[in-house]
Amino acid sequence: MTERTKQAASAAQRQEITSRWLLSTPALALIAIASVGPLLIVLVYSVLAPGSYGDVKWEFSGQGWFNVFFSRDIFDDTVSLADAHVTILWRSARLAVITTVLCLIVGFPTAYFIASRAPHNRSIWLFLITIPFWTNMLIRGFAIQEMIRNEGLANTILMKLGVISAPIQMLYTDFAILLGMVYVHLPLMVLPLYASLEKLDFRLVEAGYDLYATRLKVLWRIIIPLVKPGIIAGSILVFIPALSSYVIPRILGGGKNLMVGNLIELQFGQGRNWPLGAALSITLVIIVLFAMLYYVKNAGKTGGGHA
Amino acid sequence: MRKRFDIRVQPGFATIAMFCFFLLYVPIFTLVVYAFNSGISIARWEGFSFRWFVAAWNNNLVIEAAIRSVQIAAIAAVIATAAATLAAIATTRTAGYRGLTFKYSFINMPLMVPEIVTAVALLILFSRIKVWTGYSGLGYLILAHTAFCIPFAYLPIRARLENMDLALERAAADLYATPFKVFRYITLPLLWPGILAGMMLAFVISLDDIVITEFVKSAGQETLPTYMLGQLRRAVTPEMNAISTVFLLLSLAIVTIFFFLSRSNEKSD
Repeated sequence: MTERTKQAASAAQRQEITSRWLLSTPALALIAIASVGPLLIVLVYSVLAPGSYGDVKWEFSGQGWFNVFFSRDIFDDTVSLADAHVTILWRSARLAVITTVLCLIVGFPTAYFIASRAPHNRSIWLFLITIPFWTNMLIRGFAIQEMIRNEGLANTILMKLGVISAPIQMLYTDFAILLGMVYVHLPLMVLPLYASLEKLDFRLVEAGYDLYATRLKVLWRIIIPLVKPGIIAGSILVFIPALSSYVIPRILGGGKNLMVGNLIELQFGQGRNWPLGAALSITLVIIVLFAMLYYVKNAGKTGGGHA
Repeated sequence: MRKRFDIRVQPGFATIAMFCFFLLYVPIFTLVVYAFNSGISIARWEGFSFRWFVAAWNNNLVIEAAIRSVQIAAIAAVIATAAATLAAIATTRTAGYRGLTFKYSFINMPLMVPEIVTAVALLILFSRIKVWTGYSGLGYLILAHTAFCIPFAYLPIRARLENMDLALERAAADLYATPFKVFRYITLPLLWPGILAGMMLAFVISLDDIVITEFVKSAGQETLPTYMLGQLRRAVTPEMNAISTVFLLLSLAIVTIFFFLSRSNEKSD
């Protein structure tokens, strides 16, 4: 190749790269303006001083971050752990983890069941899983509300069966939040699990049985290790939205049973502490980012090494 | 005769799967059934009637919110899909170049940031802009919806493009077609099912949004979901079930179309 053709080739390449940047500009700009960029404003707000009637005063202050974890007594200036915030953060994490585990317990057998159907039937079962997923979150929360309210179907059936004599208060409790969160996040668990299980090589399972493994052993020693990337993917995909839930705790949890999403909202009301809300938001983003990093590291390897 | 040993069976799994489908569908099914209740209760069945559908239809607030929802979703879906199509063309079928990974992760970023955080961020930004410009129309909602719809529109379009061969486009270019003509007569027709699928997905995602809309909307800009969220705090009548049922059917119709479009996506490679 002569020097000149080389130059021409690299010029064409440069031109192509430029046009590829131009083509992606609208999408990148829209996301920068109205989705990712504003996060920087939140970051800035988290280190400003709270204004007297909501909003902020434009001066540096560590108060927002300080208030996430500590509170200062207004009378004697003693510093103590901010029980309310730490409790809600801890509660949210706990509820999100329990949701993830419950989704896994129900979702794994379901995904396995779908993956072991005849190939032409699988898409129908999968479609059945995705329909509730595409139903508005609010409608699903409302449906759960109707099921478990005092005069709802669950209490009516339990009373008819004679299990209980008076309705149990289920709505507006942590149980309601958990039920709602499992309900809305279940498809997010089943779909990636199915994607892994579908690729499962049943010859390996057969080999296990040939070597006198029991069903439980085959499940534990062969199937689960092979679909581990799918398990991690599903768990993270459930954990992240569960942790930052806002709608479900709001409609099923009543006033007192808050999660971190609702706590953030509270800070942005009139006369509230915006820097604290901003700091809480950034805390949530950081937790989610760590979960994402773990996901990319562990769930990225698909197929479990048995291509 | 002994039952044949099936290596695919795990004991109890089918039962749990059935329980799972049961759990997923009973609440929705009950909700739909009570939309047809003639009584005022959402728990006690009193007979079949369409009265709550009629009530919802005659409720101006509901109709206005529904029209606003569809308006926002339609505009946001079209803009988001156009931007996503260009971005997908720019990020597929190429040797890696500097910034490619950045673009890819930046486009998917809205999926990773918790919605409540984006909502709060937009609340801060837009409330400033509202003060500066005095404009408080639907533009903010449309802009916000467009941004978070882009990654959803991008995914199916990108998937379709990756299955498309560059040979046809190269052949057209060899025959002196201009880049625009190549795009118009080769790329676009082949890509069309992917684009439609992306648009459907974006439309549903926008239609369903609650959190960002709830924070960004100005007074009198209720969409159907935020209207419903407001109502859920009060005592609800089966009118709510009727609205939910219609909403559900609409989403279902769009998702079914999406399902078939992406199936034709897979078949044609």
